[in-house]
Amino acid sequence: MATLQQAARRFGLVWTPGVTTAVLVLVVAGVGFLPFVKMGLVVNGVFLGAIIALGAIGLTLVYGILRFANVAHGDYMTLGAYVALFILGTLLPRLGLDSAGLGPFSFGYPLLIALPMTVAAVTVIVIVLDFAIYRRLRARGVNVIVIAMASLGLAIALRGLVQIIWGTAIQNYPRESRQAFQLPMDVRVPPDALFIVGVAIALVVAVYFVLERTKMGKAMRATADNPDLALVSGIDTQRVIWWTWAMGAVLAATAGVLLAVFQAQLFPAMGWEFLIPLFAAVVLGGIGKPYGALVGAFVIGITSEVSTQWLNPSYKPAIAFAIMIGMLLVRPRGLFGGSGN
Amino acid sequence: MALLEASGVVAGYGQTEILHGVSISVGEGEIVTVIGPNGCGKSTLMKSLVGLVQVRSGSITFRGDEVSGYPPERIVRGGLCYVPQTDNVFPSLTIRENLEMGAFVRGDDYSGRVEEMFRLFPDLAARPQRRAGSLSGGQRQMLAIARALMLDPDLLLLDEPSAGLSPAMMNVVFERIREVNASGVALLLVEQNARQALQMSDRGYILVAGENRLEDSGKDLLNNPDVARLYLGG
Repeated sequence: MATLQQAARRFGLVWTPGVTTAVLVLVVAGVGFLPFVKMGLVVNGVFLGAIIALGAIGLTLVYGILRFANVAHGDYMTLGAYVALFILGTLLPRLGLDSAGLGPFSFGYPLLIALPMTVAAVTVIVIVLDFAIYRRLRARGVNVIVIAMASLGLAIALRGLVQIIWGTAIQNYPRESRQAFQLPMDVRVPPDALFIVGVAIALVVAVYFVLERTKMGKAMRATADNPDLALVSGIDTQRVIWWTWAMGAVLAATAGVLLAVFQAQLFPAMGWEFLIPLFAAVVLGGIGKPYGALVGAFVIGITSEVSTQWLNPSYKPAIAFAIMIGMLLVRPRGLFGGSGN
Repeated sequence: MALLEASGVVAGYGQTEILHGVSISVGEGEIVTVIGPNGCGKSTLMKSLVGLVQVRSGSITFRGDEVSGYPPERIVRGGLCYVPQTDNVFPSLTIRENLEMGAFVRGDDYSGRVEEMFRLFPDLAARPQRRAGSLSGGQRQMLAIARALMLDPDLLLLDEPSAGLSPAMMNVVFERIREVNASGVALLLVEQNARQALQMSDRGYILVAGENRLEDSGKDLLNNPDVARLYLGG
């Protein structure tokens, strides 16, 4: 128990008897349910959770430092997915790079070129948007509600822009059908899902490294802790904000591309509809806590996938929403929330 | 020339004006204490000096440069550092990380300065990987002061360093403050615990309702019967 507490504290989580109970209940409920649950759905939930995690970590970082709920975060994902569509469907084929079906994967090596290009483009756009909109609002000292409303406006505008440029029809990256790996207990793992989990793990490790080991990451945590003290410590808060947006953008753009690969389709509302699981994961893990959001993402991913065993899949967002509301009522500080500092 | 010279500072929050033209100065290596009843604007004065509260009129010069209107980051870089009264550490960061944040603007290797702080505040040296949020009130105060000293400032502003501490811990903190001053750092203190603060101060100011009421040497303020009756609790 003591080592568990130490490990939790290492991640900025406070391990109280309440948390122990909550985790025990979750684990017991989870294990107890296992015999009645199709393993395939659980595995699918893990893949979905990996994508939710990327979006939710960025969302919670932005919340912790800029102090507002960025409703446009889902549309940053959409933007990423569509920028990659442009690169994969239009730009690279002109250069003669249009293969699909790399090894066991449905996509080709152009995706590996498109991903970093997309990430770079979306990061630049997100920082320009901060320059153009949020920085002006901050300079006027407006209420955070106004800033959150601005992000809602931006979300709608971005979706509109995607519809104008790419149309409303469902689209897809160039792909070739591939057989899923057949595992025991009727678990089918599409090879693409392994790629998704691999990329997600790499990015989460990178986020950990930045937050714990680099000066800018520590400054981000410091600013989230206490913005005024950060200012009088000489921390350049504007730079911290840009780095936060950049991390959020890298994660969101990647999540958008991975979601398009996972669902094998793109549509303009894909990110907007993904917002509910993102917020549910953020609330579950405690608002502003990146490692909490990681745990929350897998809980939401697995729960909403498993729910489709009994419920119509269109209720998946409702499950996430119900978990979020329940959490806000019972433990508003999240699973790992401490005394609330 | 004084190190810090503030004259006719008018400042406040929103519609409310708290300071109606306050003037103070701090010389090289001095300890200066500001006392006064609750709500007289002591903390607002500190925040104005370091750029956290907008100065509406008046001037603040540090080493001869006008600094009013500068962002805190720039003022801090100039060698004027500040320890707030409450919430003065980053609770989720470790002791060592708190010190690193104090040195954020330093581009050079500051590991020597971290070791100096550990020598000055041995309480912090034992477990530098501890989260600041788990420290006692006295340890937090030491860490807050050490964080502000990381830039090797010429002037340190301390807002109520003894607030909420046990009498024994209070003495330790005052002892450390004296050591900091002995190392050449000028201090501007705001203190509830006026007697103890004035005893070690070169000069003191009494602030009432956002205006200067009295200025004298620390000893003369302590021996002034009116001051004792009105502001030092008899």
